[in-house]
Amino acid sequence: MGVGIQVKALNAWYGKTQALYDINLHMQANHATALIGPSGCGKSTFIRCLNRMHETIPEARVEGRVQFGDFDAYNGTSPTQLRRRVGMVFQKPNPFPTMSIYDNVASGLKLNGFRNRKQLDDTVETALQASALWEEVKDDLHKKSGAGLSGGQQQRLCIARALAVQPEVLLMDEPCSALDPISTGKIEELIFQLKEKYTIVIVTHNMQQAARVAEFTGFFLLGKMVEFDKTEKIFTNPSDKRTEDYITGRFG
Amino acid sequence: MRTRFQQGLDELRQKLLRMGGLAEQAVDRACQAYRDRDLSRCQLVLENESLINAAEREIDELAFDLLAMQQPMAGDLRFILAVTKINADLERVGDQSVNIAERVMDMVELPAVDLPVDIPRMAAAVSAMVRRALESFVEGKAELAQAVLEMDNVVDRMRDEAFIMLVKTMNERPEATRQALDALLVARNLERVADHATNIAEDVIFWVRGFDVRHNVPDPDSQSQQEIKRT
Amino acid sequence: MSEAKVSSAKARSAPPQVSVWRRFVNHLMTGVAVLTVLIVLVPLVAIFGYLLYKGFGSINWAFLTQTPKPVGEPGGGMANAIVGSMFILAIGSLIGVPLGIGAGIYLSEYGRNRFGDAIRFISDVLNGVPSIVIGIVAYGVVVLRQKHFSALAGGFALAIMMIPTIARTTEQMLLLVPQAIREAAYGLGIPRWRATLSITLRTATSGVITGVMLAFARVAGETAPLLFTAFGNQFWNLRLDQPTAALPLQIFTYAISPFDEWHRQAWAGALVLIVLIVGAVAAVRIAVSRGTLAGAR
Repeated sequence: MGVGIQVKALNAWYGKTQALYDINLHMQANHATALIGPSGCGKSTFIRCLNRMHETIPEARVEGRVQFGDFDAYNGTSPTQLRRRVGMVFQKPNPFPTMSIYDNVASGLKLNGFRNRKQLDDTVETALQASALWEEVKDDLHKKSGAGLSGGQQQRLCIARALAVQPEVLLMDEPCSALDPISTGKIEELIFQLKEKYTIVIVTHNMQQAARVAEFTGFFLLGKMVEFDKTEKIFTNPSDKRTEDYITGRFG
Repeated sequence: MRTRFQQGLDELRQKLLRMGGLAEQAVDRACQAYRDRDLSRCQLVLENESLINAAEREIDELAFDLLAMQQPMAGDLRFILAVTKINADLERVGDQSVNIAERVMDMVELPAVDLPVDIPRMAAAVSAMVRRALESFVEGKAELAQAVLEMDNVVDRMRDEAFIMLVKTMNERPEATRQALDALLVARNLERVADHATNIAEDVIFWVRGFDVRHNVPDPDSQSQQEIKRT
Repeated sequence: MSEAKVSSAKARSAPPQVSVWRRFVNHLMTGVAVLTVLIVLVPLVAIFGYLLYKGFGSINWAFLTQTPKPVGEPGGGMANAIVGSMFILAIGSLIGVPLGIGAGIYLSEYGRNRFGDAIRFISDVLNGVPSIVIGIVAYGVVVLRQKHFSALAGGFALAIMMIPTIARTTEQMLLLVPQAIREAAYGLGIPRWRATLSITLRTATSGVITGVMLAFARVAGETAPLLFTAFGNQFWNLRLDQPTAALPLQIFTYAISPFDEWHRQAWAGALVLIVLIVGAVAAVRIAVSRGTLAGAR
């Protein structure tokens, strides 16, 4: 089951440049929250602060609190422990090219010490079913490399890989921006089903996509969160003029 | 940004205003025809009806196109939806004007009688409502639209009075029944025009405030409501 | 209307001077490129051909299975040198390959700083050190301590020569692995060291192996470093602490001798050496490609 995410006074820097200013946010469990905003507004930085990927950049710094349900992401948890509970799917599909489909999906488990063959088999199948890829690859699990699939399939493979670790939260950083409309549609359908078991946070450039898949939407601008509300409100009658201007295409 | 879209929105606005002008003109002409018993004016109203209908088609097409091709959001989306509704109401205003003109044409053939109703006064009020509603659209001001909603009550009362007086006339002076009936129908048509003006005002409030005030749901942001809450 | 027709007709029938010239230049350049390839291939083919011509006749079962006979006696072979070379190369690889790959991993994943630059510089310098100097260093470090010439010393010297090449190519191959792959691994909660070994390195495997084979092929034929370390041996030796025969050494000894019989064997030895090196590289290539999955790079 998913957990709620509470963010308090989050600030982030790249060296001396501040990228996020005092972000406060609550993302509901088992719902999808979309983050929109123009390029460079900080939404990708924000989502990377949620699973501490921001720290992997040299000279990057974070202050503030991020709470997943009852555990604190920064105090008392190591980044690797955190990332097993908070999965991530990236903009460009990045399956491990030298591994088979099976090994790709199982990599999160195998490389963290789980070796039970039967358990792995079951987990891989469940994950591939959950990402609507099982039927297409079940005969080639060990024969095809992860890189031998089409773009949309690769992204679903990455989703399966993230799900195999059984996280509680799934972070998606523009997951469909490299895909064609049909693959995008399939993944959006997927997000709908995934909401039942996971909490989803999705960064997207595509406002129509945010409108289609997310119950809540947050608008970021220049490192600050300008408005956060139910998606219908944001897209039919936003409270802040800057939100309205962005959504109607006046800028950005 | 989005110049083509902006141009589309501007064009939609212009077209609607022009249609509004035609509708306003139709009402005024029909009412003047009543006051002056002028058949030529009635003829004009009937002829210009086709212009109003053509305008309605054009506006719907343009709005449909913008919706399909430009993915409007928030304020822009509310604007386009409001335009399509106002469009329909303006066309109905045109229709009612035609009805009035037809009543006048019927009346002119009958001898003139003195009736205890001030149709021209009612016509002036209704005309003002239409004008104010269109103004509120042009200016994008919800307060002006709110004023129109309040004027509707006045017009309703005028119509009720007219009904009572005219029914009394028909009872007391049966030879004036047809004229009284014509007057009654004109009063009713005018009241319908007022209703359409009210609809237009409600659509403007929806566009500007993002709140649906139709069917007498009060606008939580409006001044009077704030006052009620405070007391 | 008619004017348009006339002018377009003119354009079609006008002789395209420019395009004839350009086609000629195109063909000329292609020819030059092919020519340079052939020029480069010539010495390669010539060497191999000459070796075959000179050495093939002397290769026989005896050559491949017997140790050298004393001076003056006909017959004998280089069996001990062939095995000795493999032995020394194995020791050198055992030392040099892990160290080289480890250094490469450090440089690529953790060494993007001044310290890493210093190591790179030292590695490049080491690469340029003459092989005989490396042999003398190995002599000082290993031989003097062991008090014998030995296969270990020979392997040590060869390892020193392998490390810079392996480290640099490993680093380059690892840098080619897209950052997205590493991020995917971190995102799964895999610790950094594990991600580096099991994912990043694994992705760069074929490139790293190429680097290793490059280093291997280079040192397989080195003679100078073995002069004061392995020293050579007329007899069999598979102990780490005794002088050991090696093909390059044997070839050298026979080639500078005054005996025709030994010259013949030197040619044969050279041919065998080349064949073994090419064979080893080819075998590894085939093994790597068999292990690669459908669709993977």
